[in-house]
This record gives sequence, structure tokens and C-alpha cells, in this order.
Amino acid sequence: MNLHAVGVVYRKELTEWLRDRRTLISTVLVPLLAFPILISGMISLSAVLIGGAKKEVPKIMIIHGEDSPAVVDALKSNKEIEVVPFADNWMDQISDKQIRAAVEIPEGFQASLDKGTTQTIQIHYYEGEIKSEFGAEHVEKSLKAYRDDLVKKRLEAKNLPDTLIAPFDTKQHNVAPPEKVGGSTIGSMIGYMVIILSMTGAIYPAIDLTAGEKERGTMETILSSPVSRLDLVLGKFLLVFSASLTTAILSVTSMGLSFAYMGHALAKTSGAGIHMNLGLTSVVAVFLMALPLSVLFSAVLMTVALFAKTYKEAQSYLTPMTFIVVIPAVASVLPGVELTPKLALIPILNTSLVCKEIITGTYHWGSIATIFASTCVYAAVAIFVAVKTFQRESVLFRS
Amino acid sequence: MIEARSLSKRFQDKKRGEIRAVDKVTFSCEPGKIYGLLGANGAGKTTTLRMLATILEPTDGTATINGFDVVEHPEKVRANVGFLSTATALYPRLTAQEMVEYFGRLNGLDEPTLKKRIEDIFSRLDMNGFRDRRCDKLSTGMKQKTSIARTLVHDPPVMIFDEPTTGLDVMTARTIIGFIADCRDRGKTVIFSTHIMSEVERLCDHIGIIHGGKLLEEGTLAELRAKHNEHNLEEIIVKVVGPLANAEA
Repeated sequence: MNLHAVGVVYRKELTEWLRDRRTLISTVLVPLLAFPILISGMISLSAVLIGGAKKEVPKIMIIHGEDSPAVVDALKSNKEIEVVPFADNWMDQISDKQIRAAVEIPEGFQASLDKGTTQTIQIHYYEGEIKSEFGAEHVEKSLKAYRDDLVKKRLEAKNLPDTLIAPFDTKQHNVAPPEKVGGSTIGSMIGYMVIILSMTGAIYPAIDLTAGEKERGTMETILSSPVSRLDLVLGKFLLVFSASLTTAILSVTSMGLSFAYMGHALAKTSGAGIHMNLGLTSVVAVFLMALPLSVLFSAVLMTVALFAKTYKEAQSYLTPMTFIVVIPAVASVLPGVELTPKLALIPILNTSLVCKEIITGTYHWGSIATIFASTCVYAAVAIFVAVKTFQRESVLFRS
Repeated sequence: MIEARSLSKRFQDKKRGEIRAVDKVTFSCEPGKIYGLLGANGAGKTTTLRMLATILEPTDGTATINGFDVVEHPEKVRANVGFLSTATALYPRLTAQEMVEYFGRLNGLDEPTLKKRIEDIFSRLDMNGFRDRRCDKLSTGMKQKTSIARTLVHDPPVMIFDEPTTGLDVMTARTIIGFIADCRDRGKTVIFSTHIMSEVERLCDHIGIIHGGKLLEEGTLAELRAKHNEHNLEEIIVKVVGPLANAEA
């Protein structure tokens, strides 16, 4: 291996890469802007939707209840809802958003109450429609207040204490530090994102430097130079690897800042923020674990793309590969999937799982070493295969 | 000096089975001479030249370029060769100067030598007006000049041209032809393939006619004319290749 030649190839590829507008868009602009735009868009949209839904006084229809005036009065006295006259097409009116919910009071409800038997009041609403859900919530609150009042009066009438129906209380107490609570949810996502993005960042340059060269006719030009195939592959590989890392670093930085902003914005509006105190050490550790995986992606993508004669053909080869990466990465995010010695040997899934642990501050050094070493071995094999593929005439001059 | 000895290349094709693209081709070309390799499309010209440039590896036989074996020392062979074909394109996002510098560095030239070479070649080929222009913005003629500069930057003693004027306009083709003649005058060993007979008549000291991967006829233009009692080179090729081509049909 001639390091000077590898450096010359790398510098040339870097120059071309930086001059390619498509590269700058896919590797730099999209990862930098996608998350802020998505997250600020989500916040603005949810603020508008939720704010609008909260401001509205929902129209509620009461079905029956003629023989139970007390409960009807209790509903009508609630200022947060507007009771509208009954109509037979109440279900259509909910669907058409003319009313938000309907309360169905069973016949003889008051009589049943007086007798001490139980009946069920049904609240009809449209699930997934936020204003309908808010309307149903208001109705439920109203009915709950009416029921509590009724219970209280009954207990008083019999000179019984309130504690009769609530002999003891329960309270949950969280012992996990706030950053770990945030870490477990965000952490699994960060590991997943680093993996996915380090692959997507490598796709375009991997195609451009292999099938792209064939299509442009520069492959034969470079093969006629004295640079060895090994040095040529390594120079190209380093560029693909650089692109992969750049995309992952920019995306995660952008995502981290966007989540921090979202947490801050949520805390400001609702008081329920997301703790984003992930710690620089954890993030750096995640990147270190993702390094050999990024090497693996870069080498594999280059090898596969080299089989294609054109850019388009390479894209059709690499698109299904994204599923191969996404599936194990998604599996690691599923609840209950934990790192085991066997899973520690499965590429992608192992890194994703260990990243999840690292972000929550758990460092199982044995697993970390196994995963790092095994991924390094896979990466080395992938580079070896890439070099060998570059030496195959049937691949380079496939017709 | 180029010496090909029983140079052969076989390819495996899923439908057609084994294909003998080049079959035991033997010839030599001396410094200061131009060897013209002629033949129809698919005759084996490009495969032969690619093997000489070590882009493809021979299946059997071998060749030496300036004393270096193409199988044993491919990188040394490439350092002694300038290869130009219609398939050797330029990097679109590099400037003409960066393109030439890149190949100079890959050939191991130190920076002062590289700078001197570039100044010399760019002046000789009248390239200073577009040296900082990106290759994708160059005209066809400018691109050909840049390709020539790329092949010349390491001053190789052997030049290989595979149909270098195909698809070019008259003026650009003239530049290339002039450049090939200049290479011979500078004592380089030159081999080139073409379909344009006037180029062969004007340039070649020695001619080889190839068909079906076999070198069927070899000699100077005068020798071929005398042997076939025919002045027109195109007719000579038809006489040599015709019976075989008809048999294949």
C-alpha cells in the first residue's frame, strides 16, 4: 500500500465531492435543515391545533335523559360545554364535526340511582379527532364531578366518612434521574438515527465513485494510471467514509439541537419538557461505536454499487439494502429487545442496542468490546471484498 | 519498445460460452515508430490495447512494455505508458490543470517537476486559456487536449491510442494526428487503432490487421500493397478479412 497514492486519490475525490451541488444538498443541507424544519413545523402545527381545540367550547348533544333531569342539569351547568338540542342524526353530526360528542343517558337512569343500582352512561365521540376527544373529556369530567358529589351526599346521609370509599392512597415515585428518563426514549432514537444516517450519507458518494465513474467513462482513465487498485479503492473508500460520518455528525447535532429546542418549547407551553441532558461523553461514545459500522456500510455500498454500469442501476441495487439496515435498527428500538451475548454478534442490531445502553449511562464493557471488535472484523472483511471486487475485470468492464 | 508474445484473452459469456477476444497475438513495435492495429468492430483491437495498458490481464501469453512484463509488473508498465481512448473521459468537476496534476501526482512526480511539466505541456498544446476551467465546461477539442496533456504529463516512452479520433470534428482530429506524429518524432513507441484509413496511410510505419482475435496480416504499408497487389488499404483489409468474415456470416 502506498499512502501517498491513497492520499492523492482521496484529495481528488474530496475536491470533486465538495464541488458537487447534489452532494452538498444531500450530505450537508438536508441533514442540517431537515430536523429543525420538521420539529419547528410539528411544534407550530400542534400549537395551532391544540390551542384551537382548547379554545373551542364543544357542542354536546344529550340523548334521552328526559326522566333524569338532575344529570342533564349537571351537564348543562358546565360552562366548558354547550348542550345543543337532540337530533336523530347525532352520529352523522359527530362525523361531520357539527357537534363534538353525544352523551347517551339510559332510560330510567335517575330511578336506578335512587334504587342504588348501576347503569352506564355512554359518551359517543370520534377517536383521532382532537376536538371530539376534548369534548368527550369535558363531558367525562362533568359526569365524574356529578358522581363524586352524589357519593359524598350519600355518605353524609348515612353519617359515614369519605375514607370509606378510599381507605388508602397510592403514589408512584421515580428514582431514575431525569436525564436517564429522557435518555431511554431519546437514546434509542439517537443510536438508530446515527446508524441510518451514516448509511444514507454513504449511498450517494458510493454510487458516484463507482457506477458513476463507469457511466462517465473515467474508470478506464484512472485504471490506466500507475495507481494500484488497492490504493485506488482505499482512497475512494476514505471519501465515502468521510461523507458517511459527516452526514451522521451533522444530522445528530441538528437533531440534538432541535430536540433541545422542542423540549424547551414544550416546557414553556405545557410545563412537561423532555430532559435532553444526554452528556457529551455518551454522544461521543455512540459515535465511536458507530465508526466501524460506518466503515462497514461504506465498503459494502461501494462493493455493491461497483457491480452496476450506471448510476440508476446502482440506485436500484442499493435501495433494497436500506431495508436490510432499517429492520435490525428498528428492532433494537422495540421494547423488550435487550443486548445478549448472541445479539452482540449481529451487525447493526448490536451497535444499535449498545448505543441505547450508552445513552442511558450503562456501560457493559464486555459487550462494548465484543461489539466493537466484531464490527471491526466485519468492516475489515468488507474492505477486503471491496478491494477484490475492484480487481475483477468482469465487474469493472461488465457489458 | 512493445513486444507482444502469444497474447490471448478469453471471456466467459453466459449465452455464448467462451469467447476468444484475442488469440495468440504476437508483434513488436520499436521506439520512434508507429504501429497501426486495424480491424472491424469486435476484432480484438481494444482488448489487445487494454492488455498492453494493463487495464485487462491476459489469459495466456504476455507482453513487455519497455522491458516490464504486463502480468508481473503492471504498475511499472502503466508508469511507462500513456493511454488515450474514446472511453478515457475527464473528471467533470476538476479543472483542466487539476486533471493533469492529478495524473502527474499518481505517476509520482514531485511538485517542482510537475509544475514545470504542466507549464511546458500547456504552452505546447496552447491550453493556458482554459487551464482553470472545469472539464465539464470544455469544448470537445479542449477536452481532447486535456486528455493528451494527461497522458503526456509523466513523459511516458510508450503511447497507446485506441481510436483516438472517433467522433471528433476535423480540427480536433487534426490536433490528435499531429500529436501522434509528434510522439513518434520524439522517439516514443506508439501503437494505435483506428477505422480511418487516411490516418493509417499518413502515420503508420507498421500495420497489423486483426480479425476474430487473430493477427492475420502484418507488415509495412508498402509490403502489404505489394503482397496483395492493391494500393487501396481498405481493399487490402477486405481481401485479408473478407473470406473469414464471409465464412462467419
